[in-house]
Amino acid sequence: MINLIDLLRKRNGEDVALTNTPKEPCSPTCGCSNEPQSESNDVFSKKLSRREAFKSITAGLVAGYGLVSSSCSITETKSGQDEKQLKWDEYFKGNYKLMTDEEKEATVSRLEKLYEQRNKERINMSAGNALPGVLYGYAFNISKCQGYMDCVNACVEENNQDRDSQMQFIRIHEHKNGSFNFEHAEDNYFHEVPAEGHFYMGTQCFHCENPPCIDVCPVQATWKEDDGIVVVDYDWCIGCRYCMAACPYDGRRFNWSTPEVPQEEVNKNQHYLGNRLRRKGAMEKCTFCIQRSRSGKNPACVEACPTGARVFGNLLDPNSELRWVLKNKKVFRLKEDLGTEPKFWYFMD
Amino acid sequence: MKAFLQLIKDGFLTTITGSRLYHFWMGFLTLIMLIGAYAYSIQVRDGLAVTAMNDRVSWGLYISNFTFLVGVAAAAVMLVLPTYILKRSEFKRAVLIGEGLAVSALLMCLAFVVADMGSPANLWHMIPGIGVFNWPSSMLAWDVIVLNGYLLINISVPLYILVMHYQDKKPNKKVYLPGVIISVFWAVGIHMVTAFLYAGLIARPFWNSSLLGPRFLASAFAAGPALMILILAAIRKFSNFKIDNKTLKKLALVTTVAAQINLIMLGSELFKEFYRTTHHSLSAQYLFFGLEGKDSLVPWIRTAISMNVVATLILTVNRFRNNMKWIGLSCLLLFVAVWIEKGMGLIVPGFLPGPWGEVVEYAPTWIEIAVTLGIWAMGCFIFTVLAKTAIRIETGDLRYKP
Repeated sequence: MINLIDLLRKRNGEDVALTNTPKEPCSPTCGCSNEPQSESNDVFSKKLSRREAFKSITAGLVAGYGLVSSSCSITETKSGQDEKQLKWDEYFKGNYKLMTDEEKEATVSRLEKLYEQRNKERINMSAGNALPGVLYGYAFNISKCQGYMDCVNACVEENNQDRDSQMQFIRIHEHKNGSFNFEHAEDNYFHEVPAEGHFYMGTQCFHCENPPCIDVCPVQATWKEDDGIVVVDYDWCIGCRYCMAACPYDGRRFNWSTPEVPQEEVNKNQHYLGNRLRRKGAMEKCTFCIQRSRSGKNPACVEACPTGARVFGNLLDPNSELRWVLKNKKVFRLKEDLGTEPKFWYFMD
Repeated sequence: MKAFLQLIKDGFLTTITGSRLYHFWMGFLTLIMLIGAYAYSIQVRDGLAVTAMNDRVSWGLYISNFTFLVGVAAAAVMLVLPTYILKRSEFKRAVLIGEGLAVSALLMCLAFVVADMGSPANLWHMIPGIGVFNWPSSMLAWDVIVLNGYLLINISVPLYILVMHYQDKKPNKKVYLPGVIISVFWAVGIHMVTAFLYAGLIARPFWNSSLLGPRFLASAFAAGPALMILILAAIRKFSNFKIDNKTLKKLALVTTVAAQINLIMLGSELFKEFYRTTHHSLSAQYLFFGLEGKDSLVPWIRTAISMNVVATLILTVNRFRNNMKWIGLSCLLLFVAVWIEKGMGLIVPGFLPGPWGEVVEYAPTWIEIAVTLGIWAMGCFIFTVLAKTAIRIETGDLRYKP
């Protein structure tokens, strides 16, 4: 439990000396006034101007071709040109982590327009930032889970995961009583549950407080938000899969091909860092359903669980159910020896 | 400057003229490159799903070859150090060939990394200034810097020397020696950084070992010079460039020592993994004996270890190390052995079993193999062009005529 207390202290800024991980620069929008902010703002404005220059140079090269091809084409419609412009701006946008709120809104509205042009349907995408005073955490009751996997299905539907490859963020491991070795657990069971003499455990991204995956990314396309959610900028990712190799919990999934979601099944309530439609060659993962959690709802897996095995909440709120579990139950985390500080605890009744 | 442009022109003429065998060789390489390019176009269109990689084994043949070739590139230092700094004359004629090999190997490394990217169109995100470069945190960012830096050094130093020789001038030591000295340290750097890329991952106990870096160096300094010996022997056969047996034997000595050290480290690793097997030895168990009945890498690694041991034994015996036939055979064995060991034998088992114990076998698809062969053909092509021009200058065949 000492780790948790440290964690909360760290977050509340009560004892900075306890912080042994380097303080990360806040996002330019977080509003707090620690030093790295101005630094990242400086870097940001420089980067932006250089990128703008790069963009216009490239634009100059391509414009000639574009002009010729569009003026010669009678089939090219106005909306087709709009779409090209939108795609162009999307390609040259910066890293979401470093965007101002206006830029975040701009990219989100571009993505909404692009979806509408392509599919004749509107989606609602949010660029909502982390709420102040919030640090999300999760607890999993091993005694209650019966392996029904309703959480897995709810997660796939909520988060617009690729149906072709049947990508799933959650895994349910079926352990035989008397063994707690994941090597001997069954991850793909096709029989009636709960099976006699077995117990069930779910794993997903644990949103570590000290995540090894974000350090290794060569382009900072993945980071930890201020509310503790580890996210990926799908458009900034270069697809090197180094983060996947660095994760000790199998928390990440890669789009090996273009993800397919039937249009009628698309969840249209989206977040830029969450369940918006992804492209091939990008990494993705559980985001604690950022599109839901940041608007005060529980993640889809918590809501779908028929046994109440899943508890989600704000670690900084002393009255949350999660804090009650951490205080009153005997909890543990997986692979704690690695020092990753997962914000995902297991407990038993 | 004028001399440089003339050199480019003469170099180009050199590359387009040659014997029938030469044209056949270059045509053959071009064909392989074209097949590779076709396979890569399919990969770009359909995504990495056309490879055998998956969420379990998320790096495969491309990254294996990348890792191996970084070693080949680093091994050029074994010629550079004695020639320029220790002033040994044995390697003087071979050193430019060594640097040419380093350049080709580095370009292949970069090509393999690009081939492995899921979103190659986003690679500009890595360019400092317009992108976001996660340095010093990400070892991959370090690797990009050291590989490109090493490439730059290995292009500029030999180019300067060649341009001077081309004009019948003596290269000025003050100009090239700083580059040479940097390159010696840099060579060790590129291989250590590449090892740290893996060794820094706490999630993968097979790689998370302090021996990985030194072992990378030892195997590189065995396989690299071994390849050099084979190449120099071929050059000697197909051109009028004279290379003494003495040079090759000295190189064989370097290879021998490195191979012996490599074997000691291998023994140390095997002892640690198998004296008391733990959860962390599972990857090694998969590699050497198989897990859950899945053992596709076992024949490969056993072949590699046997070749390694046999080659090292041959080279250790003085009588054989002074016989060109035996040297050639053992160099070939060593090269292939290290390619297996440091390629697929290192990358794939690092991922197996997965974090929750799954074992999934990996075998590259034809697309991966075609792209890989294409990149190797590209490397051979570049090397041939560089070496042919360099040799004509060094033999005095090609001179600047103002």
